[in-house]
Amino acid sequence: MLPSIVILGVFVVYPMTQALYLSFTDYDVLNPARFVGLDNYSRLVGDGDFRNALLNTLYYAVVTTPVSVALALLFAVLLNMKLPLRGFARTAIFMPVVLGLAVVAIAWSFLLDPDIGLISYWLGEIGIGTGQGWLRDPDLAMPAVMLVGVWKNVGFYMVIYLAGLQSIPRDLYEAARIDGASAWQQFRKVTWPLLANQTMLVTILAAIATLQAFDQIFVMTGGGPFFQTETLVMLIYRSGFEHFEFGYAAAISWVLVLLILVLSLLQLLYFRRRAVRY
Amino acid sequence: MTDLARRPARARVAAAFAVVFLIGVSAIMLLPLVWMVATSFKPEADIVVFPPRLLPHDLTFEHYRDVWERIPFARLYLNTLVFAGGVTVLSLLFDSMTAYALARLKFRGQGVALVIVLVMLMLPFQVTLVPLYDLLSGIGWTNTMQGMIVPRATNAFGIFFLRQFFLSLPGDLEEAARIDGASEWRIYRQIIMPLATPALLTLGLFHFMYNWNDLLWPLIVNQDSSHYTLPAGLALFMGEHVVEYGLLMAASVLSLLPVVAFFLLIQRRFVQSVATSGIK
Repeated sequence: MLPSIVILGVFVVYPMTQALYLSFTDYDVLNPARFVGLDNYSRLVGDGDFRNALLNTLYYAVVTTPVSVALALLFAVLLNMKLPLRGFARTAIFMPVVLGLAVVAIAWSFLLDPDIGLISYWLGEIGIGTGQGWLRDPDLAMPAVMLVGVWKNVGFYMVIYLAGLQSIPRDLYEAARIDGASAWQQFRKVTWPLLANQTMLVTILAAIATLQAFDQIFVMTGGGPFFQTETLVMLIYRSGFEHFEFGYAAAISWVLVLLILVLSLLQLLYFRRRAVRY
Repeated sequence: MTDLARRPARARVAAAFAVVFLIGVSAIMLLPLVWMVATSFKPEADIVVFPPRLLPHDLTFEHYRDVWERIPFARLYLNTLVFAGGVTVLSLLFDSMTAYALARLKFRGQGVALVIVLVMLMLPFQVTLVPLYDLLSGIGWTNTMQGMIVPRATNAFGIFFLRQFFLSLPGDLEEAARIDGASEWRIYRQIIMPLATPALLTLGLFHFMYNWNDLLWPLIVNQDSSHYTLPAGLALFMGEHVVEYGLLMAASVLSLLPVVAFFLLIQRRFVQSVATSGIK
C-alpha cells in the first residue's frame, strides 16, 4: 500500500492542491509565482477565448451526449433480438472503443478531405457538397469532430444497455404480448422504464467524457478553423503549454473540475439511490 | 434463423429491415479501419486519384517496408511498448496491494483513505497537468521514460475496481490461512492474487489500452519527440508530411494492431466487464 500512497500523494494529491494554489498566482515558469488573488478568475469572465471554449465544450457535450445515448439504445435493442449477423454487428460497433482515437482521427481527416476524401466524395455524389471541406468550414468542423466522438464511444454505452436489456425478465414481454401490446408499446411501457438506471448511468458517463474532448480535435482541426472547435481542454493545453501561462491554465482547469464534479456527484447520488433500493 | 422463420410475415419484414440497418451501421463503424488497411497497401499514385476509391487496384508492401526508415517508427513503437507495458505492470501491482489493504485489513484512517480514492476517481486528470509538468521539470524528469511512467504507476480507478472485486471474494480461505499463521503478504500473494486473475486481466487490458492510446500525456511530458509514443508521434508526423498517406496509414495500422489483437483475444470477458460496470 505504501508505494500507492507515495505515488498518489506526490503525483496526484500534491499537484491537485498545487493546481488550486497556482490558479491564484501569475506563474509563468520563468518568474517565481506571485499571488494575485482572484485575478485569473476575474480575467476568465471577460476573456473571449475562454467564453468561446466554454461554449464550444457545452455545445459539443449537449449534442454528442444525447445522440450517443439514443444511438446506443437503438443498437442495443436491435442487437438484443435474435437476428443473423448480430455477433458481427456487435463487434463492429464496439471496435472503435478500443482503437486509439488520435490514430483513427488521422484516418477520419483523410476520409473527410474535400479533394481525396472518400466520404466527401460519396456525399458529393448524392448532392451534399461541402465546398472547402468539413474540417475547414467553420460551420461544419464541429459537427465533424462530434461525429467522430459519437463513433468512438457509442459501442461502450451500447454494451451497458445490452447488459440492462438482458436482465429484463422475458415473461414481462410475454404478458405484454398477450395483452395485445404492439412492439412500440412494449418498448415504451416495459423496456424504457426498466432501463432507467442504465440510461442515467450512460448519460452521466457520456456527459463527463464529452466535457473532456481533446484527442480527435487536436489531430483533426487543432481547435480551428477560427477557434470554432476549441474546447476547454484544448484551451488548457494552449495557454499552459504553448503560452506558458500556468496560473491562468490552472484556473481554467478548475472550471472544468467544477463542471465534472457536479456530474460526478449526480452519479454518486444515483449509486446511493440504487443501493437503498436493493 | 429458425427463430426468424417461425415469426409472422410482418415481423419477418421488420427483422429484415433491422438486419439491413445493422449491416449499414457496421459498415460505417468499420469504414475508417477498412480504409486505413486498404490505403496502407495502395501505391501512393493510387491514393490521390479522383474519384477516390476504397479498395486498392494494385497491392504494394512498400509502405510497410519504408515506414521503419522514413519515420523513427521502431523507436516510437518501443517507447509505446515500454510506457504502456510499464504502467500496466506497475499499476496492477500497486493497485492490487492498496486494494487489498482497503478491502481486507483494518487500520486507522481506512475510511479517510477510501474517501480520498473516491474523490480522485471523480476529478479529471487534466486539472493536474500544469502542476505535474512543473513538478516533473523541477526534478528533471521531463523528456524521460520514468517521467511518463511513474506518475501513472497507480490509479484510483484501478484501486477502486479491485477493492470491489476483493470484497466479493469469500473470506474463509484467508481466515484459514491466518489461523495457520500465514503473514498478510503471503495471503495477498498466494491466496488473493490467484483468485483475482480474471479481474487483473481485465484491468490490465484497460490500463494497457488507455496508455497505449493516450495522446495528451506524452505530449505534455515531452518537449522533444525522442520519447513520444505512437499517437503523439503519428499526430506530429501528420502535421509535418501531410501528403504521404500510404506511409502514415501503414504506421497507423501497425500501431493499432496490438490492441485490436488483444481485444479480439479476450473480447468476451472484456465486453462483459464493461457491461457489468452498469450493474455493479
